[in-house]
Amino acid sequence: MNAIEVHGLRKTYGANTAVAGVDLVVREGEVFALLGPNGAGKTTTTEILEGYRERDGGEVRVLGQDPATAGRHWRAELGIVLQTATDSAELSVRETVRQFAGYYPDPRGVDEVIELCGLTAKAGARISSLSGGQRRRVDVALGIIGRPRLLFLDEPTTGFDPEARRQFWDLVRALAREGTTILLTTHYLDEAEALADRLAVIAAGRIVAEGTPFTVGGRDTAPATVTWTDVSGAHEVRTVDPVGAVTNLARRGPVSGLQVRQPSLEDIYLDLIGAKA
Amino acid sequence: MTTGTLPRRTTTARPPLPSTLRSGVLRGGAELRMFFRSKEAVLFTFSFPAIILLLLGSINSGEATEGVPMSRVLTASMIAYGILSTAFINIGVGIAADREDGSLKRLRGTPVTAGAYFTGKVILVAVATVAEVAVLLAVGVLAFDLDLPTEPGKWLTFAWVLALSVIACTLLGIAASALTRSARSAGAVLNVPVLALQFISGVFVYVGSLPKAMVDVAAFFPVRWMAQSFRAVFLPDSMAAGEVAGTWQLGTAALVLGAWCVVGTVLCLLTFRWTDRRAG
Repeated sequence: MNAIEVHGLRKTYGANTAVAGVDLVVREGEVFALLGPNGAGKTTTTEILEGYRERDGGEVRVLGQDPATAGRHWRAELGIVLQTATDSAELSVRETVRQFAGYYPDPRGVDEVIELCGLTAKAGARISSLSGGQRRRVDVALGIIGRPRLLFLDEPTTGFDPEARRQFWDLVRALAREGTTILLTTHYLDEAEALADRLAVIAAGRIVAEGTPFTVGGRDTAPATVTWTDVSGAHEVRTVDPVGAVTNLARRGPVSGLQVRQPSLEDIYLDLIGAKA
Repeated sequence: MTTGTLPRRTTTARPPLPSTLRSGVLRGGAELRMFFRSKEAVLFTFSFPAIILLLLGSINSGEATEGVPMSRVLTASMIAYGILSTAFINIGVGIAADREDGSLKRLRGTPVTAGAYFTGKVILVAVATVAEVAVLLAVGVLAFDLDLPTEPGKWLTFAWVLALSVIACTLLGIAASALTRSARSAGAVLNVPVLALQFISGVFVYVGSLPKAMVDVAAFFPVRWMAQSFRAVFLPDSMAAGEVAGTWQLGTAALVLGAWCVVGTVLCLLTFRWTDRRAG
């Protein structure tokens, strides 16, 4: 079964077309990343899937239901990590997590979630006293407290230091192992590469490429760059057969500074969104 | 964050969703904690009416009429201010803030119903208003020798006037929250009608000294009837002669306040929204 099915999704704000016919399938149990520059339609698309916005056209099914009409039972199976909330400043972390646990039919344990999100040392602290990264962890805690089948993570690691990001990735992997479907939007390509089973790149309201982090945009078949230096100087060759090129080099004699560079996800991404002319 | 494996979810049917009432009570507890821990709320929303009463009561040390000191009249009238503050302003600013800081959006993403959210607000208003009225009466009794009525009939009047006033002010506060652009401006915007109506409704000044045109306009709004009815509870009946009609007009007060409850309900249903459309 598919957790998310989107066909021909359209959304316009006045004369501005934010989403211009998006097709998207996210399978149950999958970690799916949606990449795209600001203004590409990422947030509009996810907010339609979350039931926050109405669409102007197209078919949408999230956990088998239309978000525009789905009710409380449907919401109980979703977890949503918002991007910019600053609420509950006067409550402690534990009070806030406990409050939200009470809104769900089958929540995780309050202390379990606080521990999972690395907030145990801050459980009694007012939310207003937390750093940006800690505040973000509270958002994540409130997103997973209801034991969601489908979790939306909207740029979840903005403001995290590198160590906190790695720990957060481990948490996402643990949730995925448990069978949670995760739709992740992110600006960090390494994050998408580390976490996503599949990803899609959205630009100007359309999906321009879709695949695994290693195949998207023809990454697996794109020419690699082989560089080396020998007696006649520095050389650079772009080839779809880097292994063959290196084998040939090995027969010809001593070379130094040999490098084989496959296009990175960032190369592919920048190409796809037209940032590289 | 730890890297341990999470316990597997059970595949059996899930328990039923928490009821609107249960979620609402939970939300109410959170609302109360947030309110009474917020310096701004405690100082400006909760303490302000009592401070104004202390100041105005001390300045107006003379008699209003009939040997009743003005400070005592002010105490009775300013219960209306207390309710305006803890119901109308508190709710209007609170919902604008909830919309702005993401509270409403976050709740919208959970199984919480609009009914549970408003139940939480009602619990906040009820507790804050009872505490507010208690503080105002304490100021009246301790500073201005207010005698609390002993007849059960007066307390019965007090109960229904308080209930109708709180309901009307809360509903109008919810409706007014839709008009405000931000939490910051909401406080200023909502205080305009609150202060203006109190002047023309005989809360800050003795009603007998107001021009007729003013009290005629004030008769359309709830504040005059709230203040007048609280005077009926806490002042001797001989004071009724100083009112606009020469009587307490409790029947009219009930009708006007009841009508504003209906108007408030309609406005709420027409204007409430979970998120700020302008935020895009």
